[in-house]
Amino acid sequence: MSEPARMLLEGVGVDFPVFNAASLSLKNRVLSAMTGGRIDRQHDGAIVVRGLADINLEIQAGERVGLVGHNGSGKTTLLRVLSGIYFPTQGTVDIRGDCVSLINISLGIDPEATGRENIRLRGAMMGMTPAAVNARLDEIIEFSGLGDFIEMPFRTYSSGMQLRLAFAVSTSIRPQILVMDEWLSTGDEDFRERAEKRMNEVVHATEILVLASHTRELIESTCNRVIWLEHGHIRMDGPVDEVVAAYFG
Amino acid sequence: MFPVREAAADGWKDLRAAVSNHHLTTTLGWQEVATRYRRSRVGALWLTINMGVLIGVLSLVFGTLFQVPTDEFIPYLATGLILWMFFAACIGEGCSGFIAASETILQVRMPLSTHVGLILYRNLIILGHNLVIIPLVFLAFLRPVPLDALWAIPGFALVLLNLGWMMLILAVICARYRDMTQIVQNAMQVLFYLTPIIWSVALLPDRVGVAWLQINPFYHLINVVRAPLLGHEVTLINWAVVIGLAVVGWALAIPFFGKYRKRVPYWL
Repeated sequence: MSEPARMLLEGVGVDFPVFNAASLSLKNRVLSAMTGGRIDRQHDGAIVVRGLADINLEIQAGERVGLVGHNGSGKTTLLRVLSGIYFPTQGTVDIRGDCVSLINISLGIDPEATGRENIRLRGAMMGMTPAAVNARLDEIIEFSGLGDFIEMPFRTYSSGMQLRLAFAVSTSIRPQILVMDEWLSTGDEDFRERAEKRMNEVVHATEILVLASHTRELIESTCNRVIWLEHGHIRMDGPVDEVVAAYFG
Repeated sequence: MFPVREAAADGWKDLRAAVSNHHLTTTLGWQEVATRYRRSRVGALWLTINMGVLIGVLSLVFGTLFQVPTDEFIPYLATGLILWMFFAACIGEGCSGFIAASETILQVRMPLSTHVGLILYRNLIILGHNLVIIPLVFLAFLRPVPLDALWAIPGFALVLLNLGWMMLILAVICARYRDMTQIVQNAMQVLFYLTPIIWSVALLPDRVGVAWLQINPFYHLINVVRAPLLGHEVTLINWAVVIGLAVVGWALAIPFFGKYRKRVPYWL
């Protein structure tokens, strides 16, 4: 087996360049200073938005990290840095272990393709090899409960069925590191229980979980460490009860 | 100083990752073609039919205008046009390669060059469809295929190699400067008329044109594939330019891509 997962961020900062900044009015400037990151002017005159600044973080295997903060506090940006999508503009990131982010579980799905084809597409999107998808194909179809509908185009499904298929594929992998923006859930009443069980299986099989959420109960029941982001800085980082009490008040 | 070596290593790493994840390229590249087949019996062959009609009409118009023998002109036009459409599609779609895939790029970590590779793969499949026209045209005029036609294979490999670096560079630049897409489209349209596709080099007045033609890379790119098929001569200059272009192009593209690869997600 590979070495244990670990994430190490040292002095990480993320600056977004803004190219259509001509329309940047004072009003916008005030608003984003209140809600989001800082807007800065670089020495060469280009406008940048500071998404994250001076993030020092070490996450070890076994940690289930909850990420809290207001909208625009840098949660999504940090999730993207941790998933290896954004390469930080300052500092260094060292991530060991394969990482899968479940942010939009429908990404990669083609409505015209059949359920079976979509399993392959969605699987490929998550980094599964065709062999890995094939090995799990039967299990995914069974879990989705679609039966013969699996051979029908995805667009003919009810929204509940669509969600079930996307959920079944997305939760069929067991990565070392899992990054999620809010919990995955399904509306379907009888499916919910099974989905909940499966989500817990996935979470327990991963070595590191990073979960951004606005829900207090979810953080309390899932995580063993919470990071509170504010204006792209870490405001607080510690055990669940302390940070949750401070953040949710 | 700009660390060329580091950037080159970075670009190379991404390309190698894309190659070792080729199943991703083929799965996603095939998807687009498959969509064309979903609700249509003829599917992607519609593109071939359109191409066939276009070749027919252009043959009629320009064959009459230039007063050239049709058995010479139509095979020439058909091969040239099919190749050009492939170039134009690759380069045009290459420009929006990262922009079109922005949703994926911002959510899933995969080699960035995969998004360019799948465009090349997808257009190869479409070219495969269009290629059907060429034997039909040859058959219609009972034109023998010379043994030298096999030279078209290394020629085409070099064409692919060249398209690859062009698409990679353009995808990066167009993600940053959105206006570039329009400029490139414009340039390709102009190049279509500057490249001997509907007209032939033989029609050029001796002194003026031929020298100018040599600086058009697409002339050489078309020639290394078309000329062997038609039993025409591929000049040493053609080969030299195409090989040189591939070497220089990749030597520039890899460090360039490596340097800006990490910035691309921020530009989307």
